[in-house]
Amino acid sequence: MNMKTFNIGGVHPDDSKLNADAPMQELPIPKQVCVMVSQHLGAPSQPIVKKGDKVKVGTVLTSNDAFLSAVVHSPVSGTVNKIADVVDASLYPKPAIFIDVEGDEWEESIDRSPEIKREINLDGPAIIQKIKEMGIVGMGGACFPTHVKLMPPKDAKAEYLLLNGVECEPYLTCDYRLMLDHAEEIMIGAQILMKALNVPQAIVGIEANKPKAIAHMSEMAKKFPGISVQALKMKYPQGAEKQLIKALTGRAVPSGKLPINVGCVVDNVATCYAVYQAVQKNMPLVQRIVTVTGPSVPQPTNFLARLGTPVSAFLEAIGGVPEDTGKVISGGPMMGKALANTEVSSVKGMSGILVLPEKQAHRNTVYPCIRCGKCVEACPMGLEPYLIASTSLAKAFDLTEKARVMDCIECGCCHFTCPSNRPLLDAIKLGKSTVGKIIRARNAKN
Amino acid sequence: MAENTKWVVSGAPHIHGSDSVTKIMWGVVIALIPAFLVSVYFFGLQALVLTLVTVASCLLFEFLINKFFFKRPCCLGDGSAMITGLLLALNLPSNLPLWMAIVGSLVAIGVAKWAYGGLGSNPFNPALVGRVFLLISFPVAMTTWPLPHALFGGSAVTDAITGPTPLAIAKEALKTGQTPEQIMSELPAYSDMLFGNMAGSMGEISAIAILLGGIFMLCRRIITWHIPVAFLGSAFIFAGILWLADPAQFMDPVFHLLTGGIMLGAIFMATDMVTSPMTNKGKLIFGVGCGVLTILIRTFGAYPEGVSFAILIMNAFVPLINRGCTPKRFANAK
Repeated sequence: MNMKTFNIGGVHPDDSKLNADAPMQELPIPKQVCVMVSQHLGAPSQPIVKKGDKVKVGTVLTSNDAFLSAVVHSPVSGTVNKIADVVDASLYPKPAIFIDVEGDEWEESIDRSPEIKREINLDGPAIIQKIKEMGIVGMGGACFPTHVKLMPPKDAKAEYLLLNGVECEPYLTCDYRLMLDHAEEIMIGAQILMKALNVPQAIVGIEANKPKAIAHMSEMAKKFPGISVQALKMKYPQGAEKQLIKALTGRAVPSGKLPINVGCVVDNVATCYAVYQAVQKNMPLVQRIVTVTGPSVPQPTNFLARLGTPVSAFLEAIGGVPEDTGKVISGGPMMGKALANTEVSSVKGMSGILVLPEKQAHRNTVYPCIRCGKCVEACPMGLEPYLIASTSLAKAFDLTEKARVMDCIECGCCHFTCPSNRPLLDAIKLGKSTVGKIIRARNAKN
Repeated sequence: MAENTKWVVSGAPHIHGSDSVTKIMWGVVIALIPAFLVSVYFFGLQALVLTLVTVASCLLFEFLINKFFFKRPCCLGDGSAMITGLLLALNLPSNLPLWMAIVGSLVAIGVAKWAYGGLGSNPFNPALVGRVFLLISFPVAMTTWPLPHALFGGSAVTDAITGPTPLAIAKEALKTGQTPEQIMSELPAYSDMLFGNMAGSMGEISAIAILLGGIFMLCRRIITWHIPVAFLGSAFIFAGILWLADPAQFMDPVFHLLTGGIMLGAIFMATDMVTSPMTNKGKLIFGVGCGVLTILIRTFGAYPEGVSFAILIMNAFVPLINRGCTPKRFANAK
């Protein structure tokens, strides 16, 4: 098999895809859900329901006039209990809508029939409008509003649609499961996106550790002209947008530019599936697949769960938190966020819940930097992580900026590979956010 | 949920690769075993005692400096002091008085390493600083080389017999007008040199043993090929050019690769992570600089051997090289 990959840096963590071939399970709807008001990257949304309002599955809960935004729909039917701030995975308090669940009544406009609808009736602008209305965001984790990607600036032209089925984060298997169970819907979703973007070609990138998914998706792609599947060598962070574009097309997105500047639009396979459901079935984004996994979890499982389901409900479904638990993470082990409590609820971008045992929960003893250069070798952006980290800690942010901190994709390869166990990414993130502020202030002045 | 407060909350990434400082340091120790065994084989018990003394004194100085100057818990566990001790021993003649070896250890650990702030902060290779300090302070003791046991040869020679290294013989002979051909007839055959049957510092004599260690370190990804290849390659090419220009004046390039400390230097000393550049491009420049300087000093300088000086000089350029040799960026366009 002819396999591709990106050109510089990267690491090879153990992929730990536990129990990936177990069937997907539907998680029972909890008694109460907690729906975060803003579940996307961009301008925050405002709630448009109030305490005591009756909602159905699919009722719009928030509004937002900004271009870079996405609305949220009720994932359950019931009564709005309260609107209050809760601490989410970012550890900051953010507004959320609590809904007491009553039955499971869906909006009439939503088509819940199981048959696959293959014919695409809407035209390009109508597709984009529908995707916006249905609150579709990138489901790989960044939660970038999908409709924005479909409206390239005037000077750019999309040539390729790239589908991200890489799932390079260890442990996570939700995209794998989706590709096995809903390959045809993903393909139709891709066709919809191709139509909206007016591009002739789509490539699905899947890493070599998922041979079944590669075989199944390739077989399915034969029925869909213009869509092909490309197997990729295993290397983290291949699922990062710029690395995936490089691997699939050989093109490099320049510093500070977007994929569209090299004619590419990248969407996760899960986003593609959500687009299919939105456009063909009129179904807003109210549920997603979440991998619940970990070395001590007896039965790692992929759950189809309503958004707003608390993490505690997922953990109950796997038989409770394992006794040796030391850390619970939202997302994968490389880029996920450690949770402070299990009341955090699932959001559009939450792909997994990873339970790590106590002995893997702590960081190793930190030694002085021995200048081995392994972080430089591992950086997929060709940066010098040691330099960015040390200038950032010394608060020499002009040097941090010169060292191109803004190009950092926060993949954590440097941190992962450092033989001295130095917390490089902590320092780099500090530098990146500070330099970002400095740049914004400078731009505002000019 | 009260019991949840005990969970660890820390930033990503939550898993770590298998690499560690300790693993790297022990890897270097293992890689040094063949060269060490060869030196014990050729120079006997003396070599073993000298090594034990330098390693023990390096560990002791490391411990004392940490405890009394920096007042912090001991950091012998990282293995770096032991490597300094081992490398220092392998860079000394096996018959060096032990007190001199202890002085060398003090300079290596105290001056070259901790005066700059300890592991990771030293600009110069500590073992080489120790060696060069001894060379300048005790030139006679440092250049009185024991001849190896003639285990391969016929005549029964003992430890007590000393003689100059092939490099020193060549240097003197060229001054007196002998041709390289005449000189070579007095020296051990290249095959003997390859296995280490010649006078020299403990660890530098056997090219084969050093190469074995180098291959081990390459496989364990402790070093990359860049510095050794650039070092040895540039030395070979530069010496070759001189030799081709005037074979009556200059020794041939193979002679330069097999004698002196160039193998030990290129594979173990110049590749020291702390004192070599970060990027592969920088490592190549660093290696070429070492190689060319070594041959320059050997052929035109006052000393017969130039590896230590060449590496130390290039160590000084490392910050400059690091600044100049940034890695290949993801997308070159700004």
